[in-house]
Amino acid sequence: MTPAVAPVLSVRGLRKAYHGRVVLGGIDLDVAEHHVVVLIGPSGSGKSTLLRCIDLLEDIDDGQILLDGTDISDPRIDADVARKAMGMVFQSYNLFPHMTALSNVALAPRVVHGMDRGDAEARGRDLLDRVGLAGKSGAYPDTLSGGQQQRVAIARALAYDPRLLLLDEITSALDPELVGDVLELVGELAAAGSTIVMATHEMGFARQVADVVCFLDGGVIVESGPAGQLFSDPKELRTREFLRRVTGAGTSPPGG
Amino acid sequence: MTPPVTAPLDRQAYRRAKARRSTLVALTSTLIFAAVMFVVVSSAPGWPRVRESFFNLRIGWESLPALLDGLWLNIRVLAVASVLVLIIGLVLALLRSLRGPVWFPVRALTIGYVDFFRGLPLLICLYLVGFGLPGLRLTGMPTSPVVLGTVALVLVYSAFVAEVIRAGIESVHPSQLMAARSLGLNHRRTMRLVVLPQAIRRVTPALLNDFVALQKDCGLISVLGAVDAVRAAQIQSATTYNFTPYVVAGLLFVALAVPSARVADWAARRAAARQGML
Repeated sequence: MTPAVAPVLSVRGLRKAYHGRVVLGGIDLDVAEHHVVVLIGPSGSGKSTLLRCIDLLEDIDDGQILLDGTDISDPRIDADVARKAMGMVFQSYNLFPHMTALSNVALAPRVVHGMDRGDAEARGRDLLDRVGLAGKSGAYPDTLSGGQQQRVAIARALAYDPRLLLLDEITSALDPELVGDVLELVGELAAAGSTIVMATHEMGFARQVADVVCFLDGGVIVESGPAGQLFSDPKELRTREFLRRVTGAGTSPPGG
Repeated sequence: MTPPVTAPLDRQAYRRAKARRSTLVALTSTLIFAAVMFVVVSSAPGWPRVRESFFNLRIGWESLPALLDGLWLNIRVLAVASVLVLIIGLVLALLRSLRGPVWFPVRALTIGYVDFFRGLPLLICLYLVGFGLPGLRLTGMPTSPVVLGTVALVLVYSAFVAEVIRAGIESVHPSQLMAARSLGLNHRRTMRLVVLPQAIRRVTPALLNDFVALQKDCGLISVLGAVDAVRAAQIQSATTYNFTPYVVAGLLFVALAVPSARVADWAARRAAARQGML
């Protein structure tokens, strides 16, 4: 399991508390290049907080976050620069409502990465095409369905070729019939070699794309391992209970 | 077989007939009401005196050129003041939204400014700036009542506009900031490209409301002796012993405000339509 090369992301002893309530109680996590790490666990287990801490959107209380060996959690470094190397997609899309789909996607390449407008928009069009929204480049987010908005948000996060893609329960706010398209897109990204950390409740999908699955509960990683092993032969009692709950009482761990 | 086919047609015909009848009733009742009002008002014992004092067409017409001259001054003051108010209000709002301990004195100063000038009666501000400052006899101090009046208007109105814009900035959801930061945008770019465009759009109706208020308060520079529409009306009224010039000047200000209100409606509708909210 240990890769020969250094991991893209390395989290060491990450701790985070809100007003004295511990949300993350010492997280250690390595993500190798081209790997998909899936975070599962009950609501409030710290999955979203972990992703936001990795993207430096939350101050951490203790620990280290290393991106390609650089400690980006050092408060003396410029967090804006560190974030340039990561792309994040949120549960509720968070598209900019005053910009068209294309402007949303082209914003970061143009403004943060210094690409000129023409190149940024050409790239934006390619990406919208890739996520299946070729005809929607001029549409404003409010005129798009949830699934379409989420695919624009994914294109926006991909627009500057981030080293690491962070997906925070990106299908949780979608109508059931729209979930498939978005997951299919994530599957394609994984197959194309993106390095991804994602939090999800879609167990079938997690099993299918994950290289490593981490089960979080109460702010700690209770158990982690290859998808096949964790889903079919969980070692910890808490993992077994959680999997039994989410896959329906009475059924054995999911068959795939 | 027939009911499913004819029922919707009947319903539409019935609704059309009902709508026609409603229009007719509204029209008739308005006409009758207007006629009654006309008879009542014009047969009231005091009406000829009221008409002579407030609605004297000849005096109104003769005072019109002087009033329009004065109004032109008001419009120029309004143009300069509204641009300055918007810029200063925006700067104040942005200064107040700065984070970090270094900026504490700046934040405290803007809060003090806003509290002071929002509470200060405009008339007192006009007297202090318009009469007080020239009284200091400092070199380089402007003495024109128009310039000083504009300064007083800008001081007071920028405090109001700063608060409106700040409310707009704070109404933008934190998730928008998070999305902008996650893309690597720094605080300045996040403000300029993500927060402010949404904030300004959201507070445009409130800003245009302040614009209309400023429009009529421009008439207050007359207290400093500037010959604007209000002052011109005062002069005309004093020479004719008649109040019609005031009525005409008042109507001119109203006529100026109506397009602003329509522009406000139009701007709000356009922003909503563009984002597909209609």
